[in-house]
Amino acid sequence: MRRKRKSIGARLLTGLAHAILLLGGIFMVLPMLWMLATSFKPAPEIAVWPPVLLPQAPTLANYSGVFETAPFGRFFANSVGMSLVATLSVMVTSLLAGAVFAKYRFPGRTALFGLIIATAIVPFESYMIPLYLQLNAIGWINTYQGIVLPTLFMSFGIFLMRQHVASAIPTDYLEAARIDGASEWWILIRVIAPLSVSAFSAIGIFAFIQAWAAFIWPLLIANDQLLFNMEVGLTAFQFKFSTDFGKLMAGSVISTLPMLIVFLILRRRIIESVALTGIKG
Amino acid sequence: MLEQSVPAVRSGPLFARWSRIRRNRQALLFCYIALAPVLALFFYVRVIPIIESVALSFYRWDLIRPLKPFIGLRNYTDLLGDENFRLALENTLIYSVATVVVSTLLALPLAVFLARRGWVAAVYQTIYFLPVITPLVPMAIAWRWIYDYTYGLLNYALSFFGIPAVPWLTSPDIALWAIIIMSVWKGLGYNLILFLVGIRNIPESYLEAASLDGASPWQRFRHVTLPLLKPILLYVLVTATINSFNVFTQVYVMTLGSQASPGQALRVLVFDIWQNGFQFHKMGYGSAEAMMLTFLVLGFTLIQFRLVRSQEE
Repeated sequence: MRRKRKSIGARLLTGLAHAILLLGGIFMVLPMLWMLATSFKPAPEIAVWPPVLLPQAPTLANYSGVFETAPFGRFFANSVGMSLVATLSVMVTSLLAGAVFAKYRFPGRTALFGLIIATAIVPFESYMIPLYLQLNAIGWINTYQGIVLPTLFMSFGIFLMRQHVASAIPTDYLEAARIDGASEWWILIRVIAPLSVSAFSAIGIFAFIQAWAAFIWPLLIANDQLLFNMEVGLTAFQFKFSTDFGKLMAGSVISTLPMLIVFLILRRRIIESVALTGIKG
Repeated sequence: MLEQSVPAVRSGPLFARWSRIRRNRQALLFCYIALAPVLALFFYVRVIPIIESVALSFYRWDLIRPLKPFIGLRNYTDLLGDENFRLALENTLIYSVATVVVSTLLALPLAVFLARRGWVAAVYQTIYFLPVITPLVPMAIAWRWIYDYTYGLLNYALSFFGIPAVPWLTSPDIALWAIIIMSVWKGLGYNLILFLVGIRNIPESYLEAASLDGASPWQRFRHVTLPLLKPILLYVLVTATINSFNVFTQVYVMTLGSQASPGQALRVLVFDIWQNGFQFHKMGYGSAEAMMLTFLVLGFTLIQFRLVRSQEE
């Protein structure tokens, strides 16, 4: 379909665009590379002018130092544990509510679904004070269950699952199973769930990323540092050792690495899931 | 797919009707049982706190004292005269508008350029998406190191252009822009991916038809791509705006002093709510401020929805 060869102007423009993209790409990864490089530098190499990108005498001292000065192993285990619990719970609650809202008619259906979606716009930060008071009243401040509670379900997960079940699973399948005498629970677990793998993976990925990055709520309600997740632990550590950038960068690398590994393994899936949300929204 | 079918159902119109009713009742029961745990959680962690937040905003209550007088709209009128609140509101608005506009204006042309470039697009997509996937706290710490006045990478880079060292995080006016740059860096890849999908969904034949008619690349973008991209563009704007009003983590990590002293912190709305509620224990006042945040988010969302509707007509 090309009618004419590209003009010199167009070629220059393309070249310029490539240059901008490349510079932008460097800008994107540089903070992470700088963090990684600094984490391997011995103290005298960190406070130098002019800064040198690569460590001259690489050391693991910052990493061992981080674990000695704060219970980072514990923070890490807390983050993993709480993120997994949140992910599992979000997947289960999204399946239950998503399937019911998609395939059943019952009094209150529209109102309830509308309420779940509408309240998703209200920022969490605007009702964290009463939530704190509620949990205070039942003694859940400074407990694991209190920290994970708000992450156990996700409006967006319910919405995504409902869209998926409504559009991708024919009602005939469910009817056929019913004629064969299957119970509704059997249909949910043996028909709907296995046909929802793509929605599950999108929801699971979002839930895990969100739970791992949870910050303001754990900051409020975890007072005991043994309950800190990676994010809050790292922040507390930073306020104590605000100028020890070697150790700070080592801690930051430890917190970032799991996400990077997950991303590199599931890159396609994650990007597809993000794209999916844009379209469904 | 399904297991062996059960033996033939007994027939007869009466039996069929009875079994249908039983079936329906079972299905209804199933709905409520399946929803019960989800709704219990939903009401406990969201609906009740939201209602409670509205109610609390009409009271004066500082947690330690048992007295909790109803004061009507006093918290709200006090807020309007509160220097800290005004500063927080102003900073939050500047932050939101700047991050949303800049990240959209950067992501859109990048997406247009990358849309038809197979593996190159895939590589850049991955690179630009890296900051999105990484957790905010460690990245904020890394950026604090980059912004460091004495040894920071940024001031070093600027020194090549003869620009003297900038106190990026210690001067509140500049700190706002430092946080904006960092947040654009963090969110750009998300917008890029959404725009890429939107542009790829535009049939190539439309663009070819336009170029056969002699449309320049700019005209093709302006009259074909942009109008068809409007739904995605608005989606990006709405989500980005909503998210930007809640800015807190970066501010907390990057601008609080050592030992978390709030002396020089950049004041944004959530920071102010956090301080009023959990440092000064002014639960009613903090809730009124939280309501202001909600109004702001709802207001902006409504405006954006209006825009979508007027575009569709």
